[in-house]
Amino acid sequence: MAKAPALTAGFELPLEPRLPRIGSVDQVAVEERAASLARRSIKRDAKVFALELAVRCMDLTTLEGADTPGKVAALATKGIRPDPSDPDVPSVAAICVYPNLVPTAVDRTRGTSVKVASVATAFPSGQSPTDIKVEETRAAVELGADEIDMVIDRGAFLSGRYAKVYDEIVRVKDACGDVHLKVILETGELGTYDNVRRASLLAIAGGADFIKTSTGKVSPAATLPVTLVMLEAIRDVYEETGRMVGMKAAGGIRSAKQAWQHFVLVNETLGPDWLTPELFRLGASSLLNDVLMQLRKEKTGRYQSLDYFTID
Amino acid sequence: MSRLPVKKTYKLYVGGAFPRSESGRSYEAEGHNVARASRKDLRDAVKAARGAFGKWSTMTAYNRGQVLYRIAEMLEARVGDLARVTGGADEVDRTVDRWVWYAGWADKLPQVLGGANPVAAPYFNFTVPEPTGVVGILAPEQPALAGLVSRLAPVIVGGNTAVVIASEAKPLAAIELSEALATADVPGGVVNVLTGYKRELAPWLAGHMDVNALDLSGADGEADELEQLAAENVKRVVRGSVDAESPWEIERFLEMKTVWHPIGV
Amino acid sequence: MAELDRKPDRAPVPAGWDYAPAPEARDVVSIQERYPLFIGGEWVEPRSGEWFATVDPASEEPLAEVAFAGPDDVDVAVQAARTALADGWSNRSPAERAKYLFRIARILQERSREFAVLESLDGGKPIKESRDVDLPLAAAHFFYYAGWADKLEYAFPNRSPRPVGVAGQIIPWNFPLLMLAWKVAPALAAGNTVILKPAETTPLSALLFCDVLRQAEVPPGVVNIVTGDGRTGAELVTHPGVDKIAFTGSTEVGKAIQRQLAGTGKRLTLELGGKAANIVFDDAALDQAVEGIVNGIYFNQGHVCCAGSRLFVQESVYDDVLRKLKRRMGTLRVGDPLDKNTDVGAINSRQQLDKITELVRAGEEEGADIYQPPCRLPEKGYWFVPTVFTNVAQSYRIAQEEIFGPVLSVLTFRTPDEAIEKANNTPYGLSAGVWTEKGSRILWMAQRLRAGVIWANTYNRFDPASPFGGYKESGFGREGGRHGLEPYLDFE
Repeated sequence: MAKAPALTAGFELPLEPRLPRIGSVDQVAVEERAASLARRSIKRDAKVFALELAVRCMDLTTLEGADTPGKVAALATKGIRPDPSDPDVPSVAAICVYPNLVPTAVDRTRGTSVKVASVATAFPSGQSPTDIKVEETRAAVELGADEIDMVIDRGAFLSGRYAKVYDEIVRVKDACGDVHLKVILETGELGTYDNVRRASLLAIAGGADFIKTSTGKVSPAATLPVTLVMLEAIRDVYEETGRMVGMKAAGGIRSAKQAWQHFVLVNETLGPDWLTPELFRLGASSLLNDVLMQLRKEKTGRYQSLDYFTID
Repeated sequence: MSRLPVKKTYKLYVGGAFPRSESGRSYEAEGHNVARASRKDLRDAVKAARGAFGKWSTMTAYNRGQVLYRIAEMLEARVGDLARVTGGADEVDRTVDRWVWYAGWADKLPQVLGGANPVAAPYFNFTVPEPTGVVGILAPEQPALAGLVSRLAPVIVGGNTAVVIASEAKPLAAIELSEALATADVPGGVVNVLTGYKRELAPWLAGHMDVNALDLSGADGEADELEQLAAENVKRVVRGSVDAESPWEIERFLEMKTVWHPIGV
Repeated sequence: MAELDRKPDRAPVPAGWDYAPAPEARDVVSIQERYPLFIGGEWVEPRSGEWFATVDPASEEPLAEVAFAGPDDVDVAVQAARTALADGWSNRSPAERAKYLFRIARILQERSREFAVLESLDGGKPIKESRDVDLPLAAAHFFYYAGWADKLEYAFPNRSPRPVGVAGQIIPWNFPLLMLAWKVAPALAAGNTVILKPAETTPLSALLFCDVLRQAEVPPGVVNIVTGDGRTGAELVTHPGVDKIAFTGSTEVGKAIQRQLAGTGKRLTLELGGKAANIVFDDAALDQAVEGIVNGIYFNQGHVCCAGSRLFVQESVYDDVLRKLKRRMGTLRVGDPLDKNTDVGAINSRQQLDKITELVRAGEEEGADIYQPPCRLPEKGYWFVPTVFTNVAQSYRIAQEEIFGPVLSVLTFRTPDEAIEKANNTPYGLSAGVWTEKGSRILWMAQRLRAGVIWANTYNRFDPASPFGGYKESGFGREGGRHGLEPYLDFE
């Protein structure tokens, strides 16, 4: 049973010197900074680099009640070879599915570089007993998942029971073993940037390998200011402890432009070391085709039509 | 052979669109069939006005002023059309200038109507004017255009949205005005214009629980009954001037909010 | 099942992600070879017979030749302004004056890209600033004051406001078009006519503005542009036909003007230098405070009178702030002003660059520690790397004198009282910044800081509705807001 540190009702992190202070985030300033970075002009080879990076960092996702092995098989094929007409286009980083579909995903990606990420912990709501959530994690790992995307208990977080949130993360991390853990904060439900920062630091303290914005089921999801706040929390942890935590922006990222705007944020907040699928992911479904269309436009000089790209 | 012109259909202006009355009725005014709005149209108009209030009231004052100025630009372009349905080009020129006059108030109201208050304790205290919400306007019968604009401009410049019952005898000016509004970047629902029988529509407007203020400038005889109906949700009731240019006309549709905050280290 | 490719796990991490040049198109603006004076609605050859060149500070290439207005030229301009005044500008109905100003505002909005490119070419500021800050604000100033033109009795109830008459206006080179808007808009709204003298190194946007006057059909003589240097300004200041002088520039010149006008009864407003304190408390939202610090001193290359040039950091949070600040300075992109990704542009002139260099040398000699992020500067043009000095004493020249460049001096404090004492300990009093999440402290500090503009949890924010101006040697009079009309009016 993991031990949560004694946290006071107001949740001040323990006075350990190696943890950054929680502090506050000014909404107006952070939104302005994000907007200013979003106006960077990315052209020509810089754009091609960003587009290819967008594919390499993508967690191609399907998380629907109606998912079937057939659907997941098609998605996996798309993720391995996004553009059959262009062998230069890399594979995506991972396929992201519900636990029941993990076996199909593992089967279809075997022998490739594409990983299988599974959601767990009563995704998307997280409103189940902790034991069940931990058990689900274990099951998904046993079925072959390379990565686990868990959700935090927002009900506990918003009612101030931070120790409970922390404890769950620690237990789920334990159930993951060597499998890498992404912790979804569901920023759209947290209400303030202060809370996004607090949840980020809490998740990292609990053992997250990656912190992730959203389940994709709630709007707003991965906005640029939210991403910026999370990147700044990661930066503070890195500077205090040397530990490099990854970030996944998921939910609402549909256009290639949004993708490279996120890369600009990463580049200017954490630096180019984070511009790799080991440390940065984009969770998306329809984004891939927009990126492919943009890539082809850069290569051919013509604006593209969806007719020429597969919908899987 | 002279050319047969295409006759315009005069419909309502609700939520940024031009629907017919849901009742399918019309009446004849100024030689045209004009939509005869029903209480359900009025209900829809209030809903549209309420829906538009969030965005309109939180736009920057500068933005609102620019929208109002653009209304003047669109009106100027339609001087010919408008002159035909009003008292003439003079009334239209006066109307355009009045819009410009009111547009210039959008970003100045707190500086004249509000301010910091020197309370006798270590608190910073300031008063800011805010829009009251959805305002129902009974437009004056005369002058059909200038009268309506004299009541409408002060209402919306402060951030309110409006539901207007147009002049019954001379409704065309109100619809021509709506066409200018529709091309002036005014968000749908900020202004809604209903044509029809005033006696039928006014009581529904006066009694509507989601209308915050009532301008009775065009009320004729029934003003007292309407004031009675307005009391049910404590509406602010205004009998405005049909031909004024004054910030005090704007103020009547604003709420004053006062905020305190301690000053201390 | 088709054969699936084995792809390498990831491509190598780049050393840095180069954004690729993103130049704004220069051809959106056409620059004439030479510009005469603009007097009485016409382009007029200078009686002085003299011309001077204006140069692009990023490349040192000359852009155009501009007329030099000598004493006779200034006299002609004043006459034109006086004639226009008597001839109907102040008699025109205020509503008509308002409509001219609305026209100007709208035209500036429509031609905004053209002006932004010109501003960056002539002055050196990054295109993203001229495009996103200077131009929108300039148009907004005209729009805001247009609305006051026919409402003066509400701005000054019971005072019967009347125009002062003819205003002589002298503006600096750091925000050329915006400073023109700050001067011309309220003056015209109040019913005055003006003679404006743009700065010597940045005349072009004012000269292009004359075309806006033409498009707006502003009557001749209402706005006259006399280009030149300090001598031209001095002529304007002392000309008996001018009723009021508005000057924005250095404190030194401001004092000279004040001396010259002493006893003449001529109206005067001054907007002079500053050495603003930017104060960061330990409970500030730190990452955003660092953005504010950077914006406060590196925005517009530090060529800002209200720049936050003295950073006061509460000692308990000093290490964190400095670490974040230095890291942030490393992502500033210094270079071609016309590149859309440039954050810090060129220093406006050789003279200014020399001044900055001299003061920075003084800082090092006096004993402060200097930090400059690694930065590759272009060969031609005037450039200075964003700089921060730590271990600065209150008495060092870099803590006392206005540098007007991208150079920040950092000092520390322990308590709010100490912060106030040190912040106010200067002959200047233009602006100040306060960073803390505690509302009551913001208000307490604002109450005690002797400065005309106080920014809390933000910096370098401007709006036509917000009055701007200084205490003490930073000048007197306010620009912006209802208060900005006052210097241009006479009252009963």
